[in-house]
Amino acid sequence: MSVIAAGPVIPTFGKGSSCVTGDHTFCWDWVRAHWGDTLGPALWQHVELTAIAVVIGFAIAFPLALLAHRYRRLEQPFGIFSALLYTVPSLALFQLLVPFTGLTWTTVEIALVSYTLVILFPNIVQGLESAPDDVIEAARGMGLTRLQVLTRVELPLAVPAIIGGLRIAVVSTVAIATIAAFLLPTGLGYPIFLALKEPTPFKTEIYSAGALAVALAIGCDGLLVVLRRVLVPWASKGLA
Amino acid sequence: MLADTATMHTFVDAARFIGNHTGLLATKTLEQLALSGAALGIALAIALPLGVVLGHFHRGSTIAIAASIVGRGLPSLVLIAAFLTVLGIGFVNNMVALAVLGSGPLLTNSYDGVERVDRDAVEAARGMGMTGWQVLRSVELPLAIPLIFTGIRVAAVTIVATAPIAAIAGGGGLGDIIVNQASYRLSGVLGASICVMLLSALVFAGLAGVQIAMTPRGVRRTSVIGEPQRREL
Repeated sequence: MSVIAAGPVIPTFGKGSSCVTGDHTFCWDWVRAHWGDTLGPALWQHVELTAIAVVIGFAIAFPLALLAHRYRRLEQPFGIFSALLYTVPSLALFQLLVPFTGLTWTTVEIALVSYTLVILFPNIVQGLESAPDDVIEAARGMGLTRLQVLTRVELPLAVPAIIGGLRIAVVSTVAIATIAAFLLPTGLGYPIFLALKEPTPFKTEIYSAGALAVALAIGCDGLLVVLRRVLVPWASKGLA
Repeated sequence: MLADTATMHTFVDAARFIGNHTGLLATKTLEQLALSGAALGIALAIALPLGVVLGHFHRGSTIAIAASIVGRGLPSLVLIAAFLTVLGIGFVNNMVALAVLGSGPLLTNSYDGVERVDRDAVEAARGMGMTGWQVLRSVELPLAIPLIFTGIRVAAVTIVATAPIAAIAGGGGLGDIIVNQASYRLSGVLGASICVMLLSALVFAGLAGVQIAMTPRGVRRTSVIGEPQRREL
């Protein structure tokens, strides 16, 4: 057997410095050396996972919210359904989808989209309903049709709540997407997952990937705050 | 794609796994509840009083905002892995990580609940000669109960739902089965996933019931369940 000739396999943690082989608290040289093959791609995959989930989630939640706003009776059942769905642990949801769609990107996205959906829907509905009644009556009195009231009064007034919902959705999705690594070698969860599988967890990899995930969440949140400042300057006081 | 026979069989196998391994599943469920309970206990003991006190004195809104960001933005996997490097593998590191995770909504909501109590009500109580402690105990806290309890519920569900992830860091519980497909096969993984799902749904529903029962009638709102997730302070 030729396998024997290969000799024993000794894990070396790559061609690491003394910092890496000694597993010191944080090794910048490891981060520099593995940005190209590990951290960079993982960050990019994470951005992709999050962006696709939020965009699709919004594309589904928005028309549903318009429907629920038009036909109020739909709101309560969907609200309860989404509250229950939000209690489903992400790890369990990912696993339960596997028999249907396999260990695929689709499985991960279905789960992530479900979570963004249950965050976005109530926020959009709440935003649409935030227009004061007398404002709507005034608009009606000026001769605006129902559609015009929606597009010119209710939607602009709903923008702060919608962006608020998007902020929660993006930040939560960044967090939940790390769990996708249990199914697929993708996203910032995967380096963490690998680091935990080592006989002694490799600290630098955990800290650097973890910091990137947190930075991504904060960065996206900041971008949405800026977007709100630009779109609805009247509704922006402070950072909250 | 939906319910073809292979998929059906997978779920039948999962149901059979649950039926054949009730003892194992019960043990793992209790493990998970013990871990979650300990974490929630710590979070309750620290975050709840802190939020209430900060809210009473209208101080530290930055802390409350930071807590709400921590509650949402810190991926549980990152938190668990980071604490593992400091505290080692096992019960303690998972308990601390889950407690931190649960502290976010607890601190935010207890701060928010007390801080937002109608100033007029507080002034009236002061005018009646109540001390700060009496105002807190008989005016602010009862009025804050709905928000505080929502915080407790969110924290409890977050902790119970995240506890399976702790299995990769020696946390035990149902997650042990979910992350170990090599031993338990797909049927076991799915069976345990179903149990995890039911467990958090039960915790959610149970606490919603307690919340309705505990809320003073005067401040009861129409819907406890369908509240939108919110972030603003």
